Amino acid sequence: MRIVVPVKHVPDIHSDRTFTDEGRVARGADDGTLNELDENAIEAALQLVEGLDEAERAVSEVVAVTVGPPEADAALRKAFQLGVDRAVRLTDDALAGSDVFGTAKAIAAVVRTIAADGQVDLVITGMAALDGLASVIPALVSSELGLPQLTLATRLSVEHGQVEIVRDLDGVTEVLSAPAPAVVSVTDHLNTPRYPNFKLIMAARTKEITVWDLSDVGLEPSQVGAAGARTAVLSSAPRPPRADVQLVTDKGEGGLALADYLIRNDLV
Amino acid sequence: MADSTTAGRTVLVVLDTPDRELRSPARELLTIARDLGEVIAVALTEPSAQTVAELGAYGVRQLLVTDLLGDEADSHLTPVAAEALVAAVTTTAADVVLLSSSFVNREIGARLAYAVGAGLILDASAVSVGEHGVVGDKRVFAGTWDITCAVTTPLAVVTVRANAVVASPAPEAVETEVDHLEVRPSDSATSAVLVSRTEHAPADGGSGRPALAEAAYVVAGGRGTLGDFGPVEDLADALGAAVGATRDAVDEGWVTHDAQIGQTGVTIAPRVYIGAGISGAPHHRGGMQASSVIIAVNNDPDSPIFEIADFGVVGDLADVLPQAAQAIRAHKG
Repeated sequence: MRIVVPVKHVPDIHSDRTFTDEGRVARGADDGTLNELDENAIEAALQLVEGLDEAERAVSEVVAVTVGPPEADAALRKAFQLGVDRAVRLTDDALAGSDVFGTAKAIAAVVRTIAADGQVDLVITGMAALDGLASVIPALVSSELGLPQLTLATRLSVEHGQVEIVRDLDGVTEVLSAPAPAVVSVTDHLNTPRYPNFKLIMAARTKEITVWDLSDVGLEPSQVGAAGARTAVLSSAPRPPRADVQLVTDKGEGGLALADYLIRNDLV
Repeated sequence: MADSTTAGRTVLVVLDTPDRELRSPARELLTIARDLGEVIAVALTEPSAQTVAELGAYGVRQLLVTDLLGDEADSHLTPVAAEALVAAVTTTAADVVLLSSSFVNREIGARLAYAVGAGLILDASAVSVGEHGVVGDKRVFAGTWDITCAVTTPLAVVTVRANAVVASPAPEAVETEVDHLEVRPSDSATSAVLVSRTEHAPADGGSGRPALAEAAYVVAGGRGTLGDFGPVEDLADALGAAVGATRDAVDEGWVTHDAQIGQTGVTIAPRVYIGAGISGAPHHRGGMQASSVIIAVNNDPDSPIFEIADFGVVGDLADVLPQAAQAIRAHKG
């Protein structure tokens, strides 16, 4: 079984996240990390492979791929630590300013290129990137590749080439099924990502990351990046901080103070 | 009322539950759409009489119902819904498509935009049309930044977050004409099939509380409730609020997953958010920080949630919440 896991290098959720003057998410090497929800996708891929018999496992691989600048290697190194077999980074100046469509096109092109030397059975992604939270990349990669989409999985199984997921939406539980190859996105309820062991941490430092540019994956610069984007950021600005909190210590009338705050501000 | 700003523009509004009634996100979309152009509502399932009547009250003259052909053609399948909307867009020559901003609708909007080459804005808090064409405002990075995006293609697909505007019916009700459009989804749209679909019993046990994702008031509980959501529910009911929770509280089994607020649960932006016994971890904040007014009750004065709150009470939620609920009931009479 060959599984591709697209991952994203994102600003640390605990850091001050900002935009550049061009209206793009500022990404530096220092505070960047593997998007936390991608760890669930890697875990899902590893568990599927680990569940195979030995012969099948010997011909299986999990490939982490990312689209981004060289700094994104930090995310791929983390993927190696968790246990992926291979990592590919697509880097090209023309990718700068890609919207969700350009990003999906780039990821799909990487998957196609990997599939050129053997079928890719599954593409497994996290449910969202914690910087953009668009959460539409899996659906768009599915569109690009013409593969079925099975998104927001809280349970995932693959049997006899048939992929089945369970998903919990607002007030509804759905079971979806499709033949592989398919594009799957997983939630953080699917599994608990493993901690990297010492051996993998050491090995991850020296593992080779394959670096491709657009020509390696058969894309033209005009198809991605700002050139191919269908939206433009007109302005971006940090919101002014909230006025200082009005803090009341409860000495028996804290609830009344809360009610009074709502009433005084015409909120009830 | 087409004036110079709405002239000649057609706006499709996709209805979420047309077989029942218009929920508040749909009413909000219709309110926004009216200022952008001539509104056509789209239903992917047969609408109820109540839906049609409400559309009339919101000034909608046309409802387009897509009739899906084929055995596996279930509108709950995202690619099928997207193809139905492609047909609706083509038939109506629409300029703008508005959807509410659920996970599923974001995917439907993305697939629609992909198929027709439209620009896509997700989770807009405001939508307008000006010199840059269709423009959407968004709050990003857990509500700490504002950005404004312009769609650079002729067709714009926009998902709009709940509570972006206060819904209001049109000045004058109109007759709504119902038209049908047959759509046969492609084989690839049904390559993933729906094995089963089970609606949960209401998370609130049928108490009639508003849905978390669309509520104007939300009272949420975390680890500090110690598993007793009674005070949280009591205050919620006094305010007519939805009940929410942190990931911790869900993992403990104190509340169902439907109640989880956060970056991987429901993202909310209500008029008033009240967090009780919640420390304010980044994942929770990411799901609620765009709320208009944030109130926190926590017995630890150093809880990070107080850093983003407008008003806070340092105290035991089991004392503070019931007292607040009683005072609010007294005020409401």
